[in-house]
Amino acid sequence: MAQTAAELSYTPYHREKSAFTGIFSWIFSTDHKRIGILYMISVLTMFIGGLCLGLLIRLELIAPGATIMSAPTYNAVFTLHGVIMIFLFIIPGIPAIFGNFILPLQIGAEDVAFPRLNLLSWWLYISGAALLMLALFTGDKLPDTGWTFYAPYSTATEGNISLAVFAAFVLGFSSILTGLNFITTIHRMRAPGMTWFRMPLFTWGLYATAWIQVLATPVVGITLLLVILERGFGVGVFDPAIGGDPVLYQHLFWIYSHPAVYIMILPGMGVISDLLPAFTKRTIFGYKAIAFSTISIAVVGYMVWGHHMFTSGISGTAQVIFSFLTFLVAIPTGIKVFNWIASLYKGSIELRAPMLYTLSFIFLFSIGGVTGLVLGSLAVDMHVHDTYFVVGHFHYVMFGGLGIALFGALHYWFPKMFGKMYNEAVAIVAWAFIFVGFNVLYFPMFILGWNGMPRRYYDYLPEFQYWHVVSTVGSWILAFGIFTMFINLIRGIINGEKAGNNPWGASTLEWTTPSPPPLLNFIEPPHVTHGAYDFEEMNKGKKDSKKDSKKKKKGKK
Amino acid sequence: MSHTANIAAPAHIHKDYNGAKTGMWLFLFTEVLLFGGLFLIYAVYRTAHPHDFAEAAKELNVVLGALNTAVLLTSSLTMALAIACIHRGKKSLSLTFLGITILCAFAFMVIKYIEWESKISHGLYPGSEYLMLHYSKGQRMFFGLYYCMTGLHAAHVIIGATVLIVMFYVTYQRPNEKHRWDVFGKDELNGCRVAILDKDGNEKWGSEIDESVKQVHLKMKYYSMPKRIKHEDYVSLENSGLYWHIVDVIWIFLFPLMYLIG
Repeated sequence: MAQTAAELSYTPYHREKSAFTGIFSWIFSTDHKRIGILYMISVLTMFIGGLCLGLLIRLELIAPGATIMSAPTYNAVFTLHGVIMIFLFIIPGIPAIFGNFILPLQIGAEDVAFPRLNLLSWWLYISGAALLMLALFTGDKLPDTGWTFYAPYSTATEGNISLAVFAAFVLGFSSILTGLNFITTIHRMRAPGMTWFRMPLFTWGLYATAWIQVLATPVVGITLLLVILERGFGVGVFDPAIGGDPVLYQHLFWIYSHPAVYIMILPGMGVISDLLPAFTKRTIFGYKAIAFSTISIAVVGYMVWGHHMFTSGISGTAQVIFSFLTFLVAIPTGIKVFNWIASLYKGSIELRAPMLYTLSFIFLFSIGGVTGLVLGSLAVDMHVHDTYFVVGHFHYVMFGGLGIALFGALHYWFPKMFGKMYNEAVAIVAWAFIFVGFNVLYFPMFILGWNGMPRRYYDYLPEFQYWHVVSTVGSWILAFGIFTMFINLIRGIINGEKAGNNPWGASTLEWTTPSPPPLLNFIEPPHVTHGAYDFEEMNKGKKDSKKDSKKKKKGKK
Repeated sequence: MSHTANIAAPAHIHKDYNGAKTGMWLFLFTEVLLFGGLFLIYAVYRTAHPHDFAEAAKELNVVLGALNTAVLLTSSLTMALAIACIHRGKKSLSLTFLGITILCAFAFMVIKYIEWESKISHGLYPGSEYLMLHYSKGQRMFFGLYYCMTGLHAAHVIIGATVLIVMFYVTYQRPNEKHRWDVFGKDELNGCRVAILDKDGNEKWGSEIDESVKQVHLKMKYYSMPKRIKHEDYVSLENSGLYWHIVDVIWIFLFPLMYLIG
């Protein structure tokens, strides 16, 4: 491979030769970009699976009484919807897909720190998914505990819990390996000149996420192992009949699962902080404030788990402290939201599809966040605990936050990943359906919850039917939008227009390399001289070489 | 001549010593938190039933527990010595210490087996009728936690011993290094030449790489001499050592909390 020829005609990563051929050159590849694509295919497949289950839940709830399934089936369906969406879609979602593909590009590295470990984490993900599928087709009864696996029901039910819980354990291990890899990568592999405060905010988001993945996941690991031991040997740690305490399970579960909410949302916030400058063509407002708020969300987020248990019988003192800390965690989140809005000021806003997702993220996430504070207030929580209000809040934060950010990221980094462009008009139509469908689907849940409709119920009183019908219709609109979006993206991969190196005019490092990038990411090792969103510096360097680059582009065509 | 340069490149792949260490320490954090969950549960139930825990702890065999502590502490010492030896280029001594460490791991497991065996034969195990009839709730919790915590620890000893056996083999093989370069396709190494030159630059041996060549092997032999040993070369041994020490440290906390509170 001659170095001089490489600049003129480089080999994109997906055409690079390797020791294996065909599909094996992907599933045994240690290239972070190929692993990112593997994750993309597997995670989005799981997402579509979870989406179909969600549609079934909504369809069942269109009328009181049995509509399309029996009550035990309904329990299994909402459990699976939760388990798939949480453990197989949201938690690995942005870090595993875009973290893997984009992180090394953003910091100017050739790969992640431990490429083989990275491949192992994908295999663990696939094993976890396979185990979960196995849990569906073996055993007498489907898992029916809800995604939280609350004891003592999870230790007593005949459902096939042990296998499902073990699947979650394996997925947790996969998540730990990804986090461990990213922390080491960010510490050790930044390009010369890439100081901490020149890093893109997406990298900052991944960094904070990675720490939570490493430090919180083991706790749920041991908790889930104990559920298995409890079921297998009757250890009794969570069983009051033997001497245990089921509330302890809730504590241990939420010690992980509340920080896990930030595993889900922080990368999404990172995406938004990267997309805003790219489509306003100005530096982000309050770079350091966003970076530090990312870290402080991760830190404070550890200490708020008790707000899931206000009605579980924890002491009054504990309730007040947890409620206070919950309000505290809203501060860094608020800092972010205000900084994002301030970043729009005097920017030249381009309403391309990724930007529309960015703006809807801010809107939907704000609703989700503020309703979170409603739930964090002790007195109100007594009223709306375990109602559809929680379901609405949760989906606004997770789907309206992370899901929408993921769709935005999907559009934004699409040209970098595939070297092609999707159809912009169709993308905007899909976005409109998603945005409208989302609100029609989830907003009625706030009203239902406020009026007393409990979550997870199979049947309900006739007075709730009006809003349930609205919500179900919303689910169809949303599903149509997502379907259109995926079709558009797939068509883009197959016969989209060729995209340039930097179709958005974005300022971060990944856009300086060809699309799709070569195996070692950069044709010449990058040397960073300015901050991530410093458009002035970026254009200064370009003015001199603009003529040259134009000539080169013509030569390529 | 760019081909020559490319072929030599993999032999000098940059090994990030600090990166490998960072990764291992992060992994150890997760181990600490994994056991941290159990220690938390222990703290909760011991606070709720202090007398039951003290009563139940009397059933454990302090002599065997102390013996196991001694065995593990010794194994940690020999592990550290094995690494110190390799840094000084004393390979065979290092392998001896590594061997002793592995033997200690086995000894630990044998003693553990004897302990568990006698408990189980007396009907002292989670879910047994004997335990449910004759013991209070706090005592049952103690035995549940005893089996969970020492069991998980024993699983870590087994994993650690397996890793050490692999490291024994790797270190034993170490002076012989084999480098392989795959020859892909037609346009890369095809038509190149591999040769060995003597000090005058005369070719002692040489061969053309044509389409039939699939791999180029280079088997290298270097001896462990203090000057040639770098941290980078033995970072996996050092990391296995770190893992072994964490297994030891966890036991140092388990021993008093289980055996000495009676």
